[in-house]
Amino acid sequence: MPAVRRVRQGVGMIVVENLTRKYGSFTAVDDVSFTCQPGRVTGFLGPNGAGKTTTMRVMVGLTPPTAGRVTIGGHVYQDIPNPGRHVGVLLDASAQHAGRTGREILELGARTMGLPSSRVDEMIELVSLTPQEAKRRLRNYSLGMKQRLGIAHALLGDPSVLILDEPANGLDPAGIRWMRGLLKGYAERGGTVLLSSHLLHEVEQIADEMILIGNGKIVAQGDKKSLLAGARQGAATTFVTALDNHALAEAIRAKGITVASAGEGLRVEAEPVEVGRTALEAHVVLTDLRGAEGGLEDLFLELTATTQREAVA
Amino acid sequence: MSAPAPALGHAIDISSTTPTPFLRLVRVEARKARDTRAGFWLLLSTALLCAIVMVIQLAVGITQDDVFLSYNSFLTSTNFSIAILLPVIGIMLLTSEWSQRTAMVSFSLEPRRPRVIGAKLVVGLVLAVAAVVIALVLAVLCNAVYGVLSDDPVRWNATVAQTAAFVLLQVIGMLTGFAFAALLLNTPAAIVIYMVYSFVLPGLFELGAQLMGWFDSIRPWIDFNYAQGPLVDATMAGKDWAYFATSGFIWLVLPLAIGFSRVLRAEVK
Repeated sequence: MPAVRRVRQGVGMIVVENLTRKYGSFTAVDDVSFTCQPGRVTGFLGPNGAGKTTTMRVMVGLTPPTAGRVTIGGHVYQDIPNPGRHVGVLLDASAQHAGRTGREILELGARTMGLPSSRVDEMIELVSLTPQEAKRRLRNYSLGMKQRLGIAHALLGDPSVLILDEPANGLDPAGIRWMRGLLKGYAERGGTVLLSSHLLHEVEQIADEMILIGNGKIVAQGDKKSLLAGARQGAATTFVTALDNHALAEAIRAKGITVASAGEGLRVEAEPVEVGRTALEAHVVLTDLRGAEGGLEDLFLELTATTQREAVA
Repeated sequence: MSAPAPALGHAIDISSTTPTPFLRLVRVEARKARDTRAGFWLLLSTALLCAIVMVIQLAVGITQDDVFLSYNSFLTSTNFSIAILLPVIGIMLLTSEWSQRTAMVSFSLEPRRPRVIGAKLVVGLVLAVAAVVIALVLAVLCNAVYGVLSDDPVRWNATVAQTAAFVLLQVIGMLTGFAFAALLLNTPAAIVIYMVYSFVLPGLFELGAQLMGWFDSIRPWIDFNYAQGPLVDATMAGKDWAYFATSGFIWLVLPLAIGFSRVLRAEVK
């Protein structure tokens, strides 16, 4: 068995249908529906307490749903025999016995799934834990090492679906880049990846598809482009810096476009192409021209505003 | 198992995956019971304590002229060693999954929870029987040494019934611990409740029986420790079994059943 095999094409779609989970009068997950496609990385994004973890726990049968259901590859998780061979799960990297070594934790997983010990060594190597680190007890692991171990545990059974809750939490920048490569490659081979995060920048670089959740409800979903397109409607903003900012501002204003100074340059309420054309006509040399990025972040904060602890300015 | 094709395709083919065999779960649970320092030392100290108590008993028997020991008295001394620690092993088998939150992993690798709990129960029973075997072997050794070194005649006075009762007692001890653990899902709470149950409660029952006549008459039906008394002496008669069954239902079957249903439904965090 290769460390990460060529995942069978197109199996393992996650389908969440009208999922609701209530705790007394509190609704943690409120009529949530979405799908995660094989061959794609789906990012599950929302502020803390938005219902991400609860949704994922229902997926793997640890929490019973109040209403609705989740199927993975057409099956309810509990009906999948030896589920570790089909669905890799990492819900909480710290939820392991502090007194066991990293290697022993993987060994227990491998034995439960009926895998040889050689698989454990392969996974330790795959997640770049050294043999010495693998011999240490979990209580001596940093959060980043626990995450690596957790990812190794999720990949043990060579599953076609990965469900990871906040896997980048505690990883250093190099670790986050490593994980991004690993999961992208995994999805490219046909695997289904669902990963959650409360940090937009963690998800936007890796996810093909994004699901934004706030207050237990899906507030937006789609790929990055379509999410941004939806957010930008009509209100394009461009940042521009020219050798002669004053002349450029005059020329833009002459066209009836709102312009204001911003930092070293100008903030223009128009598409970059319009600003560039004006600069050309006015014979002004541009040193910087870009559309306002961070639209996704604004969108994220705006969409989840009601669940944020801090008011959005 | 064949599932209908899902509406959108993308079905995982589970036809060639065999469910996790129960025996494999038992082996994994057995490994879990000893692969941590806490688990390992608990098992080892159970055996060591059993040996130490018997050796002390042996030393006293050899040196004191007015103490007469037999095979059975060596076995009885295990009431102060393995009988105390076996229930703790039973408790730890279950509660460590909650205190260390490994239940999340265990139940996601085998979502059919009764099989995981069943595997733990089997490990508990195997450990109880293993403890009995160790105790029997130690008792044989001690009694043989006693026969050689003491002036008293060596007596092999345990009947098959007494040995069977001894096994049953240890298994009950393990199961009671397991039941309290399932009920509370918390190591310290389960241990404290078990200790209260086995050391404080008998005294209270005794007191109640002395003070109140009506309590004296219902006590045998509700005091499981009391009901196990005749078992130790292997003098169980018809009515004793009725006491045993009724009180056992209250203190063993009921908590076990409630605990099980709690574990099966609990949201694992």
